[in-house]
Amino acid sequence: MKTFGGPVLFLDRSDINTDEIIPAKYLTEITKEDLKPYILEDLKLPGFDPKGEKTRNARVVVSRANFGCGSSREHAPWVFEVNGITAVIAESFARIFRQNMFNCGMAAIELPVADLDEIFAHSGEADAAMSIDIEAGVLTMSGGGKQKTFNFEISPFDKALVLAGGWVDYADQKY
Amino acid sequence: MGKTTAEKIFDAHLVNEPFPGTKVLRLDAVLCHEITTPIAIDDLIRRGKDRIFDTTKIKAVIDHVTPSKDTKTATQAKILRDWARRHDIKDFFDVGANGVCHALFPERGFIRPGYTVIMGDSHTCTHGAFGAFAAGVGTTDLEVGILKGVCAFRQPKTIKFNVNGTLPKGVYAKDVILHIIGKIGVNGATDRVMEFHGSTIDDMSMESRMTLCNMAIEAGGTSGICQPDMTTVEYLWPFIKDDFAGREAALADYSEWRADADAEYDQTIEIDVATLQPTVTFGYKPDQVKTVTEMAGAPLDQIYIGSCTNGRIEDLRIAAQILKGHKLAPNVRGILSPATPAIFKSAAKEGLIDIFMEAGFCVTNPTCGACLGMSNGVLANDEVCASTTNRNFMGRMGKGGMVHLMSPATAAASAIEGKIADPRKYL
Repeated sequence: MKTFGGPVLFLDRSDINTDEIIPAKYLTEITKEDLKPYILEDLKLPGFDPKGEKTRNARVVVSRANFGCGSSREHAPWVFEVNGITAVIAESFARIFRQNMFNCGMAAIELPVADLDEIFAHSGEADAAMSIDIEAGVLTMSGGGKQKTFNFEISPFDKALVLAGGWVDYADQKY
Repeated sequence: MGKTTAEKIFDAHLVNEPFPGTKVLRLDAVLCHEITTPIAIDDLIRRGKDRIFDTTKIKAVIDHVTPSKDTKTATQAKILRDWARRHDIKDFFDVGANGVCHALFPERGFIRPGYTVIMGDSHTCTHGAFGAFAAGVGTTDLEVGILKGVCAFRQPKTIKFNVNGTLPKGVYAKDVILHIIGKIGVNGATDRVMEFHGSTIDDMSMESRMTLCNMAIEAGGTSGICQPDMTTVEYLWPFIKDDFAGREAALADYSEWRADADAEYDQTIEIDVATLQPTVTFGYKPDQVKTVTEMAGAPLDQIYIGSCTNGRIEDLRIAAQILKGHKLAPNVRGILSPATPAIFKSAAKEGLIDIFMEAGFCVTNPTCGACLGMSNGVLANDEVCASTTNRNFMGRMGKGGMVHLMSPATAAASAIEGKIADPRKYL
């Protein structure tokens, strides 16, 4: 199983699409590692720098509704993975992106808007970080001397994929 | 209680339900292209599992960047080509025979009512036009599909769209689907199948139904689905004539996949097309739509006609009808990419290619190229394209470029005027 949790990158907008996460022109790369420099290259948000320290240090992404819409490219989870980000927390996900995350043994976690608002309240803090316990379905947001725990649910199948390290290994044992 | 088309297909293909709510389905077609498949192939080799589940159910094409533009794209093409040869995949389409996957595979009769279809491409939902369950997936799902012939899905709920009325002049399937996406939003159908019914759909050709289903993903939909009928049978007839005593027998067989009258839907949405106008996107999301009347006069640099959405012969005929005897406005350039070699040949035979070229269009080979900003018509920063494609994300056709999605008719009228223009005055 992958490890989850660490410094948080806040992307405060709905409908962040896969072209913004990894532009199509980089889909000609043959290895996942080669995608690394291009993470979120086309995403334009106030105060966001795809090449900045916050992006470089992040282990968790927090965003809003319909995250990962658009293309089916698994390069979107991969570019997160090779940059050390193994979990995305959002109000909702596009279906293919969500499944791609779990298929890679990564986590796409949905939270209600009210919880996300509390988490986003930490976005200005330099030490904003999150710990995630997949098996217990609990995440803890900390920063600015405060700390709060939130419960989440992922489907039993998706949890099995995370525990198995992804869909290929799981399917190969079962089908 | 009756069933929707997707429920019937799920029940008929169910392998097992490993966990409540997750269904593993047997696949009838696993479609592959050179962008998302090579990494799956590499991974299978690395795992010592370079095998395929069924030579006849895997179809492959080089379509996104073709002919290859550089070493990287040539390498992707080579990985797919070598793999197809190694496994004796009969239906592999290389340079010269290749075209945009979602136009080429249906044209070859590979998709039938009741099928389960996956591809590492979000616009796989196109194939639901045949009464199939067709879903875009990522590379890992594709890899498991190639190896095992199965894919796991959450059973999707279904939204029923009753689309009724006669399409007004200058209004086409593209306008209908843009209108629907505008109405329900870019995540209005997430984890849902969009099942299309009604007299408007009944009257549509298979090409139009493919345009409609193609953009289901732009509303988040898992698959678009149309109901198989005699139009479906006629389209498939050259490929199925030996399998059935006659067209009526084929229709009777395929009709089992039609939704039951008492099927239960998550939601039912009524669309009256009589009042629809040509529809154009204005922003960077496919649900940001306005009528062409509101958008007329917006500046343009490039016109693009092609793609899995609107690069079929019907689309070329509509655009050529408008372009005939006209020239591109001097401030714009035009690019036509017929979606498959067969479409290209028909367009040449019918004199459509002449019309486009006399208007000043560049006619390129079939490829996805410009639609996703990879080749054959990439935009520069701040440039704007009137495009018959499916996605208007910021930078989609080139970094800093903007895309207005529209029908081939609106694109053709816009080509003549050099700005967004109403096609109805040319019809």
